[in-house]
Amino acid sequence: MKFADFVCFEALIPKLKAVDRDGAIAELVSALDAAGKLGKGNGGKITKVVIGRENEASTGMGKGVAVPHVKHQAVNDVVAAVGCSPAGIDFSSLDKQPVYSVILLISPAAHPDKHLQAMEKIFRHLQQEKFRKFLRQCQRAEQIEDLLREADEDPSL
Amino acid sequence: MAGRQACEPEKGMNVLDKLVCETEVEIKNADGLHMRPAMQFVDIANRFHCDVTVSNGQTNVDGKSIMQMSMLAATVGTRLKIRAEGADAQELTGALRELVEEKMFGEPPPQK
Repeated sequence: MKFADFVCFEALIPKLKAVDRDGAIAELVSALDAAGKLGKGNGGKITKVVIGRENEASTGMGKGVAVPHVKHQAVNDVVAAVGCSPAGIDFSSLDKQPVYSVILLISPAAHPDKHLQAMEKIFRHLQQEKFRKFLRQCQRAEQIEDLLREADEDPSL
Repeated sequence: MAGRQACEPEKGMNVLDKLVCETEVEIKNADGLHMRPAMQFVDIANRFHCDVTVSNGQTNVDGKSIMQMSMLAATVGTRLKIRAEGADAQELTGALRELVEEKMFGEPPPQK
C-alpha cells in the first residue's frame, strides 16, 4: 500500500495549532472531516473514540512520532491525516519524549487487513531516521505531500 | 507446521549462551497483529534476555521493537517464524507461542 492510497493530501497540517494531545487529535480529525472523508456529522464522535483509544494505551511509539488510530464504520477505506508540531506535544509516549509528527489513521471496521497494510507502510518509513527528520522539517503542506510521494517511490526513505 | 518448536545449541558454543530456538506460530485472532497485540508481544519478548527475530517470510524484524513488529502486517492466518537466541530462548518461544496461538492476544477468532 502507498501513502497516496490512503493519506488525504487535503488534511496535512505542517504547524498544528494544538499544544496538547487531545487538541492535536481533534485538529487532525477536523481536517479529514473538512475534506469530506468522514461522512456527515461523524467528526466529533470519531475524535472521542480516538482519544478513548489513546487513553487505553499511547500510540506514541517513541522517537518523536505518534500514530493515533481507530476503526470506525464512518469510512469504507483507510484514510489518514498528518500533522507536525514544531514545539512538540506530550503524547505519554513510550520513551516519555515529546511528539513532533502525528499520523492519524481511521480504518474501516470491516477490513482489518487494510488497516494492517497501512500500519506496515507507516512504520516502514517511521523506522527510518531520515524519514522522521524530513517529516519534522516540513513547514508547508506541499512539503509533506512531496515527502510522502517520494517515500512511495523510494522504499529506503 | 504451526506449533513446531526446535531448540539446539549452536555448534562449538557454550550451551547456555547460544541456545537457538525456532518456532512457527499462526495468527488466529480476526483482527491480526495490530498495535495492541504487537504491544503484548513486545512486552513479553522484553521480559527475556535472548534476542528475538520475527519473520513473515518477506520481512525480518526485531521482536522487541514495537515499531518493527508493526511492519509485519500479519493478518489472520499468517504464519510467523520466531527465532530466539540466548540462554532463555526456549522459555521465550514457549511464552510467545502461548500468547499468539492459545490466548490469541485475548481477542476473538474470525466469525464463521
